[in-house]
Amino acid sequence: MFAVVFLMIFLGYPVAFSLGGVALVFAYLGVEAGYFGWSYLTAFPDRVFGVMSNQILLAVPFFIFMGTMLERSKLAEDLLRTIGLLFGPMRGGLALAVVFVGTLLAAATGVVGASVVAMGMISLPVMMRYGYSNELSSGVICASGTLGQIVPPSVVLVVLADQLQVSVGDLFVGSLVPGLMLAGFYALYVIGVAFFRPECAPAMPKAEREQASGKLIGQVVRALLPPLFLILVVLGSIFMGVATPTEAGALGAVGAMILALLNGRLTLPALRGTMRETTKLTSMVVFLLIGSTLFSLVFRGLEGDLWIEGLLTNLPGGRIGLLVACNLAVFVLGFFIDFFEIAFIILPLMVPAARVLGIEGDEMVWFGVMLGMNLQTSFLTPPFGFSLFYLRGVAPKEIPTSAIYRGALPFIGIQLIGLAIVVLFPEVVTGMLD
Amino acid sequence: MTEDGFVPGRPFFNGLLAPRTHTSQTTPMHPLLRLIQGIDSLNRRIYSATCWLTLVMVLIGAFNALARYGDRFLPVRLSSNGWIELQWYFFSLVFLAAAPHALRLESHVRVDVFYGRLSIRGKAWVDLLGGLLFLLPFCIFAFYLAWPSAMQSFDIRETSPDPGGLSRWPIKLAVPIAFVLLTLQGVAEVLRRALFLAGKVTAKEAGLVPAEPEVDQVAPDPEATS
Repeated sequence: MFAVVFLMIFLGYPVAFSLGGVALVFAYLGVEAGYFGWSYLTAFPDRVFGVMSNQILLAVPFFIFMGTMLERSKLAEDLLRTIGLLFGPMRGGLALAVVFVGTLLAAATGVVGASVVAMGMISLPVMMRYGYSNELSSGVICASGTLGQIVPPSVVLVVLADQLQVSVGDLFVGSLVPGLMLAGFYALYVIGVAFFRPECAPAMPKAEREQASGKLIGQVVRALLPPLFLILVVLGSIFMGVATPTEAGALGAVGAMILALLNGRLTLPALRGTMRETTKLTSMVVFLLIGSTLFSLVFRGLEGDLWIEGLLTNLPGGRIGLLVACNLAVFVLGFFIDFFEIAFIILPLMVPAARVLGIEGDEMVWFGVMLGMNLQTSFLTPPFGFSLFYLRGVAPKEIPTSAIYRGALPFIGIQLIGLAIVVLFPEVVTGMLD
Repeated sequence: MTEDGFVPGRPFFNGLLAPRTHTSQTTPMHPLLRLIQGIDSLNRRIYSATCWLTLVMVLIGAFNALARYGDRFLPVRLSSNGWIELQWYFFSLVFLAAAPHALRLESHVRVDVFYGRLSIRGKAWVDLLGGLLFLLPFCIFAFYLAWPSAMQSFDIRETSPDPGGLSRWPIKLAVPIAFVLLTLQGVAEVLRRALFLAGKVTAKEAGLVPAEPEVDQVAPDPEATS
């Protein structure tokens, strides 16, 4: 059943409906073979209703709305420019700005494509103009855009928490340190490049700096602090347990609108664009979930879940075997399918097996963060990595694809180091949890 | 027009109510094409209206969050199960009602490792077969399952189990309706590809090219960092 569904998914028909369609075919086979009766599938409407009334998933459109609002009202762009100016006089400053903004903002948009595309369009031309090497520019944009996925508040983490049955707040807290650690490593790498190969990452020319420095303070106050404040308030209220992620998301979305309004950017096109993007993405994510709901219902009916669980729990090496198998599977699948598909199709199979082997509670949070980091690495790996594709789509022709591939390599190395740290020292994740 | 058929500057209410006027073509239109466009425009209007629900939802969500705190300090009780339920009712309506037009906009994710390299005819074949074999059976089946459960809910006029909650049956009824609309859009998508592959209409007439780019994307600004 899995083989068939993956074959179909690879043909390119929308994943949500391939899942539903293949599930039906196998439901028919299952009924014929006597595994279950058709009445078994009447559980489907209840499952759909469960998705509709799910309070956790409700946070998804809120975070998308917040992130898209910041992007469409060009507040994100201002933020990137201001930080660019702030760090500009330093060698490698613009690249550092990209890491910083990627960590901060890309988080909220959730889908890996959106953040890489947005950052690529805004910052790639600027970096090229100031003489940054193609490799460094594209590498840092891909890596930072992808990083946003596991830095809270991200939509991906919300969905992941729902699938792992851990609290969103815990997953946010748990992913904070590893996420910031990766961002720190990226920044160190950029500084290293700027130090040893200054021609790759020049500082801004002096004339421009002086021209800009007068307005700089005003710009920092206007463009940098408010969005920073917004993100910190949203995160802080979740971490301190003041608000549920859903509440914080709704308030964050309103906050983003207020910021846009104060900057005179709450225009009808920006609002409309935000609403449309939110509607489309929400519908896409939820229908994926609905399709995979039917799929897993049938899969369970055919006792496929027991089979997979038996397979995963009887691997040589027990827990280590399971972790290796899960990581390998996720890494390879990450070449082809996005985070949401993996969360909805693959994770439900891994989670019960992980439970059987005693991965629960805090360790489940760790398990999620680990898989999230792994996926990020996968998204960066040539030749299939998603992020690279998306950047290729918006990068100017002067940048050869090979430069994008080469640029990603050092960041893959950094990711692997980060992943190794998370695997070897689970305390980086669990230490922050109470 | 933008990607989803908004005419810039025209309030969406007009788009919702005014008759479509662009059918004044010189060449006679294939009759099925008219049906396809009818379905397109129905679902597009539903989608356009739905988009505003996201804004309403955000506002209600924020209100609910604040109300929960307000209750501690204010003499009146602001929060209620009704408002909290309204929030996820709207969430459900958003994704249910938008799904058909999202299909038209190609925003349901695909894996395009292979698909991206196909010719326009190859893509049309994949979508035609996918539509016939997966989408339509799935939608019809989902409707078939959801309808009795919605009817049952309607018959007993089901309401929320929580005090102050809303009627439950309208939102349950929304599920089969959404699948009917999705089926319609699925039929339109299959038909337009069938017509194109049979050589009855051009890809452009069938609405298969181009995948309209986003108009209000963030554009690179030449004035960057100055």
